[in-house]
Amino acid sequence: MDLGNIASLSHSIPEGILAVTVIALLLLDLVVRRKEWLGEVALLAVAVAALAGGLQMGGPYGLLFNRMVALDSFAVFFKIVLGFGAFGAVWMSLGSKELEGQNPGEYYAILVASLLGMYYMASATNLLMAYLALEFVSQTSYILSGFLRANRRSTEAALKYLIYGGVATGAMVYGMSLVFGLTGSLDYTVIAASMAEAPAAHGPVIFVDLALVLAGFGYKIAMVPFHMWSPDVYHGAPLPVTAFLAVASKAAGFAILIRFFYPGMSSLAGAGTWTPIAVVDWPALMVVASMVTMTLGNLAALRQDNIKRLLAYSSIAHAGYVLMGFVVLNNEGLRAMLFYLAVYYLMTLGAFLVVLMVLNQSGREDMEAFRGLAWRGGALPAAAMMIFLFSLAGMPPLAGFIGKFYLFAAVINEKMWTLAVVAGLNSVVALYYYARIVRTMYLDQPVAGDPVITVDLHNSVLVGALVVGTLVFGVYWAPLVNLADRSVVFFGG
Amino acid sequence: MTENILTYMTFVPLAGMALVLMLPRDRHELIRWTALLATLPPLVMAVWLFVNFDRSTGAIQFMVRHDWISSFNIQYIMGIDGISVTMLLLTALLCPVCIVASWGIDKGIKGYFALFLLLDVGMTGVFCSLDFFLFYIFWEVMLLPMYFLIGIWGGPRREYAAIKFFLYTLLGSVLMLIAMLGLYFYNDPHTFDMLVLMDNAGTYSRSFQTWAWLALFIGFAIKIPAFPFHTWLPDAHVEAPTAVSVILAGVLLKMGTYGILRICYPMLPLATQDMAFWALAVLGTWNIVYGALCAMAQDDMKKLVAYSSISHMGYVMLGMATLTTQGINGAVLQMFNHGTITAMLFLLVGVIYDRAHHRDIDGFGGLASVMPIYTGVMTIAFFAAMGLPGLSAFISEVLVLLGAWQYSVPLTIVAASAVVLTAGYMLWMLQRVWLGPVNEKYVSLPDLSGREAVTLVPLAVIVLILGVYPHAILDLINVSLVGLNEVVAGATPHVAMLTTVP
Repeated sequence: MDLGNIASLSHSIPEGILAVTVIALLLLDLVVRRKEWLGEVALLAVAVAALAGGLQMGGPYGLLFNRMVALDSFAVFFKIVLGFGAFGAVWMSLGSKELEGQNPGEYYAILVASLLGMYYMASATNLLMAYLALEFVSQTSYILSGFLRANRRSTEAALKYLIYGGVATGAMVYGMSLVFGLTGSLDYTVIAASMAEAPAAHGPVIFVDLALVLAGFGYKIAMVPFHMWSPDVYHGAPLPVTAFLAVASKAAGFAILIRFFYPGMSSLAGAGTWTPIAVVDWPALMVVASMVTMTLGNLAALRQDNIKRLLAYSSIAHAGYVLMGFVVLNNEGLRAMLFYLAVYYLMTLGAFLVVLMVLNQSGREDMEAFRGLAWRGGALPAAAMMIFLFSLAGMPPLAGFIGKFYLFAAVINEKMWTLAVVAGLNSVVALYYYARIVRTMYLDQPVAGDPVITVDLHNSVLVGALVVGTLVFGVYWAPLVNLADRSVVFFGG
Repeated sequence: MTENILTYMTFVPLAGMALVLMLPRDRHELIRWTALLATLPPLVMAVWLFVNFDRSTGAIQFMVRHDWISSFNIQYIMGIDGISVTMLLLTALLCPVCIVASWGIDKGIKGYFALFLLLDVGMTGVFCSLDFFLFYIFWEVMLLPMYFLIGIWGGPRREYAAIKFFLYTLLGSVLMLIAMLGLYFYNDPHTFDMLVLMDNAGTYSRSFQTWAWLALFIGFAIKIPAFPFHTWLPDAHVEAPTAVSVILAGVLLKMGTYGILRICYPMLPLATQDMAFWALAVLGTWNIVYGALCAMAQDDMKKLVAYSSISHMGYVMLGMATLTTQGINGAVLQMFNHGTITAMLFLLVGVIYDRAHHRDIDGFGGLASVMPIYTGVMTIAFFAAMGLPGLSAFISEVLVLLGAWQYSVPLTIVAASAVVLTAGYMLWMLQRVWLGPVNEKYVSLPDLSGREAVTLVPLAVIVLILGVYPHAILDLINVSLVGLNEVVAGATPHVAMLTTVP
């Protein structure tokens, strides 16, 4: 189905809920005096939007708003994951001491608005829409990163993010304009058809196009060499925002990347395998990007003493892992990516939540703040952190292992042994720095003056839920992988 | 009951772990007893298996099979043959021994015993699994508890030792993961079922087998540990608490050789033919000599025993490389014997460390007159480790050498000569610690306590029995191993393969 503007509205309920919430939050902010519950409104709205997104599963699928966005199982999957990501971020914000008294109305409105942009990033099938959605998410993210106006790091983060983002999106728009020049259309379907028949002489131009477009998308997923912003921004931004950027923004970046390169720059050859455009060997480029991204992320993480920075580099490395699924050109690879993004959500959000619990009570987020955590009242957060970190490291029987297992399987099925071995060695390197945190929490003894950590109910509830998810999907992951399997269908019209 | 015995055996300690975690933190005795009780059912089941195991067949027994993740054809398959039942016996025997040996742990008791039981789950699971994926999960499950057991309850350099152990082993695991997926995709329909992977072994091309073999071998060699992947072992042993050393040397090292026999041999027979000489026989012989020479240079008792483990595991590698009935039987028997003897040695070192708080070989003297009973038990262990006739290791080492003689005379001569080195470092340590003038500082050391005797005596009895009646184990393993030999020796490049190399 291919709907016009008015007819599309009834298929845009999740987006509608978010849009209404943004406006409502801004208006309520002006009217009400007790602003504490604005966050709860946002939490409810985000949950309802994720649920409404989930209800779209199974159809009817189609192209909306005159072929601007697609409503397909791929988009639905991301609406759920992104909704969960924002839910986690709002939940964290409600339990964060950093954000207390920081204009909740504006904050939550912008956060929800950012989620709205991400929903469109995941479903855009038109370059213009893709650009608008990505830019919308970027703008809101800049503000969110700099939300602690009194904190120099936070404002510095926002400025860095803005400058890097400006350059990256500038390059991307230029690349998109070249694509338009070559194909005469902004519509992915038309672009794909036109690119498939592109003469070999256009090879260099198309290569430049793709590289430029990749700058914009790669910046969103923190792929090397477009990753430079992320350690500083992750470090400086308020912790809930860091978590939001790490889980949701990255997932949205992968969604837009997959949609552009899969239905856009390759065609389904049947039986779940894809044929890339003939003139430019972009998969080879991405193999290199994947290896470099994971290696650089892991090596840089080795020496970090600030946990947020460490997790920032680790999240760069994870972008590299996820790209392993991107280069194999089949649905198994895409399935592995989606699966990984879902479990990555569980363990990364969980890790940031534990950091938040420590930050709330000690005001610190460096390695020393975790010293002997297990022995000074923080046994439960320490155990949870251990589970999340070992899951990130890919140890069975935790969900992160299963995610990595599918990525390795996808790569090995295509006999890409080099990539598999590089990724394997990277897992060993990564274990070192994850184990460093575990070591600090368990093997080091607290020294006099380290605050006693008390466990607060609000954050513990979500930590508990994420722990359960990490454990359960590590032992029985069939439902999740089936969902991911059903979600690699793109509606092309 | 009996059809699911392997499942129960694996997961009873997990239930024990859950129970331990639920107990209040300060009920120390209760926690210890719960942990001990959780390791006893597997021991009873292991004895039951020993009695009821059908020794006349090399087929898999007590098999269970369930679907786990059907979309990826991952199954829950458990079953045992002669090799695994022997290793299960060893595991089930050493776990309660180690719990008793850990009675004196006084820091974080709850965590310690919970982790120990988790380790037990992983070890038992590895020996029971017949699905490669399941095998891998259990293999990795052992890592975490080991990391914490060394890292929290270990000696002064525990953090370094723990992370070194962890990284080395993970490196091996990752290579194993890659080889495992390679095997999975090579088969059509894709499967992790080890029995199918073995049945299809004839269809794997030689180059694929070689690469997969090497990847798996590095993983297993790190565990054995074979030179040059052995450097984590002395560190881990020196820092680990006594019971963890016992489990590490007694069971975990056997995982390496078990993995080679369970996976490399039947699944990659062509590569095994190609590689056995250099990777197993030569490296094994080198392990024997190198381990013994290093042991001779140590002045820390535990480090000496650790290096002696490297040396003794060399016999296992040499024995299985020969692909002779004697050699491979000797190798698996040596796995069992080394498990019991090294366990004793580490326990003995632990006894003395608990009293004197150091392990310096030159810091003692004349302990024989101070602790006579202890010295008696120690003598059995030492002479067994030296391979004295009448004690268990003699049989297995002779079998290995008999097999090796038919395989390569020069290697046999080198390996056999190393027995002199073994006697050298063992007797030298014996002389310095137990003989000579009594060190005034230690005249009042108490002799073996009842609890310590409980850990040592059963092992000593087994060492004595197997010294005169090795058939208790040989009968279990022989048929399986002869079958395995035939698989490897009989493997020829698949004819059809010439046209269908993928």
